Amino acid sequence: MGLFNKTTRAKTDDAGNSVGFLGRLSDRLAATRRGLGQRLATLIRGHSAVDADLAEDIEALLLGADVGIEATRDIIGRITRAQARTPDEFYAELRAALLAIIAPCAQPLTISSDIRPYVIMVAGVNGAGKTTTIGKLAHRLRSEGHSVMLAAGDTFRAAAVEQLQTWGERNGVPVMAQSTGADAAAVAHDAMQAATARAVDVLIIDTAGRLHTQTGLMDELRKIKRVIGRFDANAPHEVLLVLDAGIGQNALAQLAHFDSAVGVTGLCLTKLDGTAKGGILFAMAEKHAIPIRFIGVGEGIDDLRVFDAAQFVDAILPQPE
Amino acid sequence: MFDNLSQRLQLAMKKLRGEARLTEQNISEALREVRMALLEADVALPVVKAFIDDVRARAVGKEVLASLSPGQAVIKVVYDALVALMGESNDRLQLAARPPAVILLAGLQGSGKTTTAAKLARFLRERERRSVLVASADVYRPAAIDQLRVLAGTVGATFFPSTAQQKPVDIARAAVEQAGKSGIDVVIIDTAGRLHVDREMMDEIQAIHAAVDPVETLFVVDSMTGQDAVNTAQSFNDALPLSGVILTKADGDARGGAALSVRRVTGKPIKFLGVGEKTEALEPFHPDRMASRILGMGDVLSLVEQAQQTVDQEQARKLAQKITKGKGFDLEDFRDQLRQMEKMGGIASLMDKLPGAGEIPEAAKAQMDDRQTRRLIAIINSMTPQERRFPDIIRGSRKRRIAAGSGVHVQEINRMLKQFGEMQKMMKRLGKGGLGKMMRSMRGKLPGVPF
Ligand SMILES: Nc1nc2c(ncn2[C@@H]2O[C@H](COP(=O)(O)OP(=O)(O)OP(=O)(O)O)[C@@H](O)[C@H]2O)c(=O)[nH]1
Ligand SMILES: Nc1nc2c(ncn2[C@@H]2O[C@H](COP(=O)(O)OP(=O)(O)OP(=O)(O)O)[C@@H](O)[C@H]2O)c(=O)[nH]1
Ligand SMILES: [Mg+2]
Ligand SMILES: [Mg+2]
Repeated sequence: MGLFNKTTRAKTDDAGNSVGFLGRLSDRLAATRRGLGQRLATLIRGHSAVDADLAEDIEALLLGADVGIEATRDIIGRITRAQARTPDEFYAELRAALLAIIAPCAQPLTISSDIRPYVIMVAGVNGAGKTTTIGKLAHRLRSEGHSVMLAAGDTFRAAAVEQLQTWGERNGVPVMAQSTGADAAAVAHDAMQAATARAVDVLIIDTAGRLHTQTGLMDELRKIKRVIGRFDANAPHEVLLVLDAGIGQNALAQLAHFDSAVGVTGLCLTKLDGTAKGGILFAMAEKHAIPIRFIGVGEGIDDLRVFDAAQFVDAILPQPE
Repeated sequence: MFDNLSQRLQLAMKKLRGEARLTEQNISEALREVRMALLEADVALPVVKAFIDDVRARAVGKEVLASLSPGQAVIKVVYDALVALMGESNDRLQLAARPPAVILLAGLQGSGKTTTAAKLARFLRERERRSVLVASADVYRPAAIDQLRVLAGTVGATFFPSTAQQKPVDIARAAVEQAGKSGIDVVIIDTAGRLHVDREMMDEIQAIHAAVDPVETLFVVDSMTGQDAVNTAQSFNDALPLSGVILTKADGDARGGAALSVRRVTGKPIKFLGVGEKTEALEPFHPDRMASRILGMGDVLSLVEQAQQTVDQEQARKLAQKITKGKGFDLEDFRDQLRQMEKMGGIASLMDKLPGAGEIPEAAKAQMDDRQTRRLIAIINSMTPQERRFPDIIRGSRKRRIAAGSGVHVQEINRMLKQFGEMQKMMKRLGKGGLGKMMRSMRGKLPGVPF
């Protein structure tokens, strides 16, 4: 069967060559569009033995989900060493391996009731979904009975303050803000003061989007953190890095840089309601078990979920029916 | 994090010295390296596969020119194929239509549409002297309309007011009508971010398109996008007759493989690159530069241009004169160079563009941040003019004074003097040097790039 498979593959390649690049590509995209589950079922049925082809197909699945070359190789290598005899076994091993990588990261955010205000600073590159995540998080925390205050630390982008204020109104929570162009650290300062005075449970501080390569802006982020720390040496208690699930290998650099600047304590992966799989989390998790707090699955106020490792693996490698 | 592809290829092809012709067999290892580089750059897997097939077909049977090593020959084929795929030259906006010409922007959430609307408005006003009206059909995201209103004000475009209670199609239609009445040349319509799998929202953008019949329908996509770029680009391209692509956030360090994926899937030209949050940060797209960036070979050409634009020509001339006249490169000159570097966007931005930057260990890179530059400048500022001219006289007590003056440890002074000594040697070797000249002389013989 393995041999048969190889010959058919060679044939498609030949045919592909004659149709030209675009023809071949659209074939492949058609394959991508077909459901992942269906593709997997076919994939496993097509192999009666564990062979190089199966490993290659699985590799394609992982690479196609942004898991990245290094992590993909590691994962496949480990599975191959486990010596699965049938494709089903192989697949089960693979799922287990992925789960083993990501499971230690499933550490939900717990708001300690002894700390008031519990301070969450939200950071990330431009357009990742920081402000929206804050809106959703405020809703979640309110429904858990916490009092919440927001701080509009994005004093750069046009109408960023108004955007957060709208989320504040939706949630019925106060928003500490100054005008666009103000010093972000000063906003954080005032918010800390107000949150302490009013004894709110949780203060969430929005920050402007910044690329991790912009050293000046990363310094600004450090400064915001320093100012917060003046009120409470342990604050911010959570530095939440927001990442777009659609992002590729650059996410690794983002985590490394934001972490070295302000010490990331948790991740939120947004926009998982699209078709992006967020496989980059495996590449990150393989290196160290960074707590993954939430996933964003839409633009609505309810569209924030606590990260669940098993569900996440299912999205990349669905359980075969 | 990434190795330099050209170096990796040289390694993979070491065995090939002396082979006269590229064959299926002797390039297979090199193509594996190319595949890795493309995947690391986030080019989508199906695109990588097809591209590699294409390169193989182009390469096999090629004679290796006497002047090239087999590794270089393969890079040349790969690079040429990449440039060819991304469009040969930079495509301009086609606005020749009965005014008002309509530009429609579409894309995923947070890709940069609203910012790009403002950048385009500014570009058209300043470079093409056209009057521009912008309108927001984003009735969903909080403060989206406000955002465009503020931006329109800063770039001097007419803002068409809309509210979240209106229908997007009505807003778009009314904006074009109003522009027609007031004799405005170009209308830019910003739309809400949408997922390509959201049927209702894709129907909506189709309806907007049908209502205003744009001459340019641009897909705005984040250059950090990963493998999913093929799926989104395909869906937007199926739903709308796209006329081009704008790649945003290219000021970061993402290798930008999405550019290739999107280009391949849509077949549409990439017209601009967004390179910053400010409204002037929009650049025409150059396929050749993108190709070397994706391959990890550094955007050497852009660097050359940037250096030519920013480096103070007068200062560069003085320095060159000084060196040719046999007067040494001193600490004053070093400080000038450091200041130039700061002006060019700092070390980080230079590093990104240099070939082989991938070779530099992350730890070393972290040390070369711009604070370091500023610290070096501070140290030199604490010296007397005589010390700057004759650094050899800086010994024990002088070192301590300078250290105290600039707030650093004496070790740091030692390190900088050593670094400066090396730089001095290099300048001597260069003879008629100076940063500007050095950069200019790199054109044509870019290290590792054989063309
Ligand atoms: N589909 C979907 N869209 C999301 C999600 N999270 C955020 N968004 C959208 O992504 C876009 C950007 O979100 P913002 O919250 O403004 O992102 P940000 O990181 O604050 O952006 P900047 O402050 O400009 O850097 C908006 O259109 C949001 O509605 C999500 O989980 N799913
Ligand atoms: N560094 C950088 N940031 C950019 C660039 N283009 C846009 N941004 C930033 O990216 C974020 C999102 O930009 P927007 O213009 O709001 O994106 P959008 O596509 O309109 O977002 P939605 O309307 O929510 O879908 C903002 O923080 C922008 O300042 C760019 O080229 N470089
Ligand atoms: Mg924001
Ligand atoms: Mg927008």
